[in-house]
Amino acid sequence: MYLFLFLLAGIIFIPLYVSISGGFKTIGDLRTNSLGLPTEWIVGNYTSLLVDNKFWLFTWNSVLYAAGTTFLVILLASMTAFVFAHMKFVGSRFLFNYFILGLTFPFATAILPLFLRVRDLGLLGSVWAVILPQIAFGLAFAIILFRGFFRQMPSELFDAAFVDGCTYSQFYFKFTLPLSTPIIATVAVINLVGSWNNYLLPLIMINSESLYSWPLGIMVFRGEYITDWPKILAFVSLTLIPAVVFFLALQRFIVAGLTGGAVKE
Amino acid sequence: MNSAKYNALLSKYSTLVIFIIPALTIFTMFVVLPIIEAAYYSFYRWDGYGDPNKYVGLKNYKYLFKNKTFILSLKNNFYIIAISLFIQLPFALLVALMISDKIRGANFFRTVFFLPYILAEIVTGLIWAYIYDGNYGMVAAIWNFFGADPPHMIAEKETAMIALYIVIFWKYFGIHMMIYIAGLQNISKEVLEAARVDGAGPITTAWRIKIPIILPTIRLSVFLSILGALQLFDIIMPLTGGGPSNQTHSMVTYLYYFGVMRMKFGFGSAIGVVIFLICFTIAITYQRTLMRKD
Repeated sequence: MYLFLFLLAGIIFIPLYVSISGGFKTIGDLRTNSLGLPTEWIVGNYTSLLVDNKFWLFTWNSVLYAAGTTFLVILLASMTAFVFAHMKFVGSRFLFNYFILGLTFPFATAILPLFLRVRDLGLLGSVWAVILPQIAFGLAFAIILFRGFFRQMPSELFDAAFVDGCTYSQFYFKFTLPLSTPIIATVAVINLVGSWNNYLLPLIMINSESLYSWPLGIMVFRGEYITDWPKILAFVSLTLIPAVVFFLALQRFIVAGLTGGAVKE
Repeated sequence: MNSAKYNALLSKYSTLVIFIIPALTIFTMFVVLPIIEAAYYSFYRWDGYGDPNKYVGLKNYKYLFKNKTFILSLKNNFYIIAISLFIQLPFALLVALMISDKIRGANFFRTVFFLPYILAEIVTGLIWAYIYDGNYGMVAAIWNFFGADPPHMIAEKETAMIALYIVIFWKYFGIHMMIYIAGLQNISKEVLEAARVDGAGPITTAWRIKIPIILPTIRLSVFLSILGALQLFDIIMPLTGGGPSNQTHSMVTYLYYFGVMRMKFGFGSAIGVVIFLICFTIAITYQRTLMRKD
């Protein structure tokens, strides 16, 4: 059994290892020696990227898209879920189901009309062209997760606050949000990872290089260097390493967010 | 009605409206309306400028289902689903059963196997595009080592889809494994203890107790796997871009190349509607039948 598990771990690791080590090789070295360590360690592929303004611009843009999307999804979805969890009103069930329906809508179906909508709103050259659709498609799942969590909060708390003259909005900001950090972390992870890795939406929406997210940037880079693999592998590795570090540091939250989120549904 | 009560009610409804309107507006404008509009545009031939006015009825759909490349992309999507369900998920379950107990190194293996899932699809695709490269890649190196002529796996019709399956397997088995582990860890210790006392071995316990208990989890992962496979796009783009000679398209890459790139808003929307109908039908029947009790 251990033999099998280690073999499998090797199969997972080797592609990552050859990318990182490949970034340090010359093209000739890569050709004759793709599995071994570099015969000569070339750092130029990495350093030339690290001083490249475009590399940092693409990274910064991705940070903006991810942060904007995540913050607004958390805010809007938690407010909506708060209403569904604590207020009784006519049509609440209908409205909730309306949001839930969104879970089964494939993103691909919407892209062409979405492009037209964003274009007609005059948002094509702005960060909102990516952020707004990402928020919209992130809401349904976030609302389900938040509503489930809010409903499990002790109702005594709510009754007591209400008797003391606390309004709904005060209660939301003073009690609900501060007590919801676990579920906020879950929703944050889902949306951060989703936005950071998103390719199709920015591909459709963004045509000026100044707004490229890093997945767009890396694909253009790949188009420029075609078979100059060491350069491409260096770029790949530079995105790989922070992702792996981020994952290892926040593993608990990420696993809970991505699997717990799915299991709790 | 006294004024205090009136004020409380007013405050309730104003909060309700203020809290719900932003999400409702964004959701309607950017999710619901585009889906409806896609259905509407799909009956037109339209380049996206001005109003759609060239009504063509079902022509876009008829063309679509006569188009060999689209039919192939549809088949590819279903092959991917079949391979996920019959090979990837059972494999993930097997691994989950192995490392859900507290064996030595369980955490290490979990972390490693889950790792590919958090990588961006684009990065995964690029890494594997390199590995498959017939001149520089790792696969080529292995072939050369044995003195054989290296294959160009993603450049040849016969092997390109296989190359794609391998990457999908590599990237996604970890998330299903994690979902199963989460399910397995919820099984109560008493049940497992009782089974052990009754003399059930690990295989019997897995087959007779663990798997039946986590069946709802398995159904969920099957569901996620099907919907994910139907929307496959990102990973194909850096690997094959649908090539060679349009052999490895999924429905979404087909939509991108033949709808979006060519600015055919009507035709592209028709492809989108077909994807929607397949996803929606599967989701509804699945929820009505298999996931009803969960």
